[in-house]
Amino acid sequence: MDQKEVFEKVVAILRPFAKNKDALANVAPETAIQKDLKVNSARLVDIVLEIEEIFGIQVKDEEAEKVRTVGDAVSLVLRQKASA
Amino acid sequence: MAERVVVTGLGVVAPNANGAGAFARALREGKSGIRFHPHLRDCGLACQVGGIPEGVKELSVEYFSEEELLASNEQTACASIAAIDAWKDAGLARPTADSDQVDWDTGAIIGTGCGAMDVVAERVVPLVNAGQARRLGSTMEQAFISANSARVAGLLALGNQVSTNSSACSTGNEAVVEAFVRIREGRAQRMLAGGSEGYSKYAWAGADAMKVLCRKHNDEPEKASRPMSATAGGFVPAGGAGILLLESLSLARTRGARIYAEVLGGYVNCGGHRMGGTMSAPNPEGVRRCIRAAVAMAGVRPEEIDAINGHLTATFADPLEIESWSVALGLPPSKMPLIHATKSLIGHALGAAGGIECVASVLELDQGFVHGSLNCEDLHPALAAYADRIPHTTVRLPDMKVIAKASFGFGDVNACIVFRKFEN
Repeated sequence: MDQKEVFEKVVAILRPFAKNKDALANVAPETAIQKDLKVNSARLVDIVLEIEEIFGIQVKDEEAEKVRTVGDAVSLVLRQKASA
Repeated sequence: MAERVVVTGLGVVAPNANGAGAFARALREGKSGIRFHPHLRDCGLACQVGGIPEGVKELSVEYFSEEELLASNEQTACASIAAIDAWKDAGLARPTADSDQVDWDTGAIIGTGCGAMDVVAERVVPLVNAGQARRLGSTMEQAFISANSARVAGLLALGNQVSTNSSACSTGNEAVVEAFVRIREGRAQRMLAGGSEGYSKYAWAGADAMKVLCRKHNDEPEKASRPMSATAGGFVPAGGAGILLLESLSLARTRGARIYAEVLGGYVNCGGHRMGGTMSAPNPEGVRRCIRAAVAMAGVRPEEIDAINGHLTATFADPLEIESWSVALGLPPSKMPLIHATKSLIGHALGAAGGIECVASVLELDQGFVHGSLNCEDLHPALAAYADRIPHTTVRLPDMKVIAKASFGFGDVNACIVFRKFEN
């Protein structure tokens, strides 16, 4: 699975959680998940669960806490897939 | 000076209709919302009928964005739909999700009797017992008892008191009384008030096991809810939501709002489980004190009350309730207001019952009718003296001015409200 494919899947996961649909329409790796997409902070745990399920990986809490942007999430997934 | 408080918006999700207009028609037409539900039979419940609102999922998709639908369940969905309807009915615009403007003068008290029992039973317990607690994600957000009011606050950017009360079957009425008092004291300008209840088989199973539900009419559901009947054999469980937008008269006038009714008085108390009262039976003295206090606050004479929308669930307590009304008001049976039971049409929506029945009462006052009570053609013998005060079909009452609504609940708790047609 390459970077582009992971990016598209991460965006698809984020889609229902994003309140700012304009930001979602122009999403890029540097787009911030909470600040730009306006994802409710209470939903972050649900997003982590979805990422684990879709990509078949385990995400440690301390790694999830470092994720700010869509690009951060994509990098995390690629790292986990590579070490699996 | 105390603020006068008026009703300017109504929202309802009921087993026999959704929306205030359709609900008023259903009441007038005596439309029952009680149906047979096979899943209750499959779970071994003796009562297999219930009042489950229809079309809630479809309405949710229509009313809410994909994001707003996340972490939603039966009771928060019903509460949200009824709150939005009451808001729009009052002529108010729904705030956009991207605005940072908070309405500091408007709050919400939206109660529940059983909370999110469906979420606890279907997600929390199985996942935790399977060692999968982490997979709960944000589930707890739905399981908080305050989920109803919290959800509505976010949808409407409410900045005043936002809380969820719980006092079993008197919950909805209690919410309206508390919200009324808050506006009257000048602590809020507007309050959404009422109750919302899911229709979880788990909650209904608990009541079924206590043998307080109707179990004799599974094959004729529309005859199952029989308040005031000689053959009443327990209540029919139901769910839904009823929410009123209460507003200070001064604000309603300033913005030219349509006024349905004025809230004249309200009172809440408990019988203390003494003098015949128990966890599940009312202390008649508590009931009478509650009614008297609400009527005294309203400043109306008992003779001025045109109709009583009773608690009347179809248990042994119905004749006791009507006797208490008569004693509290100091009126002999022949001089009593018209007495009726909305539960005969929709069942007992527990924590939402008071909210839904307050919506019914305000609609009746506004449109000048008292709906008939179904299934009490065989009136309980103890109520024989009241027979001509209990209509079986809808009565037109264009000059109706005052209606009293009471709810009495598990725990020996009571709540009574007096509404009057608005006059300057």
